[in-house]
Amino acid sequence: MFIRLALSSIKSRKGSALLTFLAITVSVFVLLGVEKIRHQAKDSFSNTVSGIDLIVGSRTGDVNLLLYSVFRLGNATNNISWKSYQRITKNPNVAWTIPISLGDSHEGYRVMGTNTDYFTHFRFGQNQALLFEHGLPFSDTFDVVLGSEVAKRLGYHLGDKLVLAHGMGSTSFSKHDDKPFHVVGILKSTGTPVDQTLHVSLQGIEAIHLGWQNGVKIPGLANRLGDTNPEALTPQSITAFMVGLKSKMSTFQLQRQINNYKQEPLLAILPGVTLTQLWQMMSVMENTLRLISGLVLLASLLGLGAMLLASIRERQKEIAVMRAVGASPWFVLALIEVEGLLIALAGVLTASLLLSTTTYASKDYLAEQFSLFVESDIFTPQSFVYLAVIMVGTLVVGLIPGISAYRRALHQQLM
Amino acid sequence: MLYQELALLFASTTGDRFLVMSIDDLRFCYDRGHSPVLDIPHWKVSAGEHIFLHGPSGAGKSTLLNLMAGTLLPSSGKIEILGKQLNKLSSGQRDKWRARHIGVVFQQFNLIPYLTADKNVQLAAYFAKTPNATQRAHELLAALGIKGNLRSQPASQLSIGQQQRVAIARALVNQPELLIVDEPTAALDRANRDTFMSLLLDQVQQQGTALVFVSHDQSLANAFTKVVALADINQAQGLR
Repeated sequence: MFIRLALSSIKSRKGSALLTFLAITVSVFVLLGVEKIRHQAKDSFSNTVSGIDLIVGSRTGDVNLLLYSVFRLGNATNNISWKSYQRITKNPNVAWTIPISLGDSHEGYRVMGTNTDYFTHFRFGQNQALLFEHGLPFSDTFDVVLGSEVAKRLGYHLGDKLVLAHGMGSTSFSKHDDKPFHVVGILKSTGTPVDQTLHVSLQGIEAIHLGWQNGVKIPGLANRLGDTNPEALTPQSITAFMVGLKSKMSTFQLQRQINNYKQEPLLAILPGVTLTQLWQMMSVMENTLRLISGLVLLASLLGLGAMLLASIRERQKEIAVMRAVGASPWFVLALIEVEGLLIALAGVLTASLLLSTTTYASKDYLAEQFSLFVESDIFTPQSFVYLAVIMVGTLVVGLIPGISAYRRALHQQLM
Repeated sequence: MLYQELALLFASTTGDRFLVMSIDDLRFCYDRGHSPVLDIPHWKVSAGEHIFLHGPSGAGKSTLLNLMAGTLLPSSGKIEILGKQLNKLSSGQRDKWRARHIGVVFQQFNLIPYLTADKNVQLAAYFAKTPNATQRAHELLAALGIKGNLRSQPASQLSIGQQQRVAIARALVNQPELLIVDEPTAALDRANRDTFMSLLLDQVQQQGTALVFVSHDQSLANAFTKVVALADINQAQGLR
């Protein structure tokens, strides 16, 4: 009877109730949407690498090393010597390593020199391995494996030839145009910087730099040295490398050993820890988004309160009737509160439904266009907290018209 | 409760009139220190009595009715309904008491406009926790000529005459001992007024409900067992 009374009452105020409901729906949609994107961004951010125990590079800042080795942002301060790399690889605790050699680009996309261990050991997301959309890992010196975005944006297919440029600019003038690469593989989309990377072998990187000195091509020098001699193609240095350990227990021990390495100034970081540090630097943006959606929600809750408060005046007669048949002032207050809660609940449910439908429908589009992988499950643990806050907020805002109705009811005379 | 009902039964079988309401030295003023609006030394309403109460507007009729319903409390003295002093009850108990034992019909606006006739009657039963409310609401409405489609229409779509008839059903659904009616025919034309009066008196007669009917329309008075001028029982000098 109580709920039916509240529902009929809302129905009799269709116009204003509908507008309030829409306002709440929109604001809850925005709030949950922002929360979802925030959560997803954080997820895909911290899922950029996984299953890697240490990243080792030349001594620099933790965040800087992470930025250039994983996100391909910025430049390395220095390279590390091949000899040091070999020494650490032979450490008994080390299961595998992935060398990274950066410095060249193609149409603004970075080129990474590595070895085939990269395709077997590198992990992202929830321990997902790299998968091939087409083709295979590189096996020859001049083979290249493209990230999905590179292939899509630049329209490359298997067997295409491409030329790497020296340095990072998309309009570099010094190109390694004497030694073109063949596309042998295209990776599946990962939603990580891998998608924007061209992968070649370390030998390939060495080969295209034969005959270069101090970043400048010396005509004729390359031919004199000959480019297919494997010994000549052993690199002198690499930019960084990733380490997988046999046992997690030795992580800190090896990190300390590397950081105290006498022959060369090296830095080893735990990628997970540094990712968290990096994310915290972005918390201002995160909090701003939250603040805005919180304010939008507050505004619509106040709108709900205003609508109910405005209805109290026209309800005076109604309240008199209820009092006459034996309703207590508390009943009147509860009725107003329940009306508010019903409208808010309807708004929350509609917004959730709308958000999961749109997320589901736009999933493929977002993944393709923005490499943003969203799950259809729109609820994060945090969003349940928000929903609870919305309902409590409705109760609190509903107290304003509720108490007004209560006081009217208390002093209401029958005739 | 049981005692009350037994007493009522006893009273009706022996012909001894059981008191529905008794007033002793009742005084009421709206503001402390002002002269009272009501000052009633004695007044009684017996079970099944039909009282026509009249007086000029501002004489305190509405105040008296509110005191009887427990929505106002006496400044001094006592008012007992069915042997209970309403000001000794908590406000929640008073609300329940009113729901069970007192029916009220106003001049106008007796119904929740967005509920159907049916639901309006059931709402009253809901507060009094009357069993078989749906069945009883149905019977009462039928007896009052609210049938078929009319029952499931929102009250706001009924005519004033129909609304007032639904109001009788709503006021009587819990079989109250006392029915308070305030100028119910003020907004009705002559034909509607006569229908309303005969239906009301029929129902009250059938149920043995005591009726306090307030009006300034003296032409209605001859249908009642007792006619009381408020000025005769009220000693308060200053008119509000």
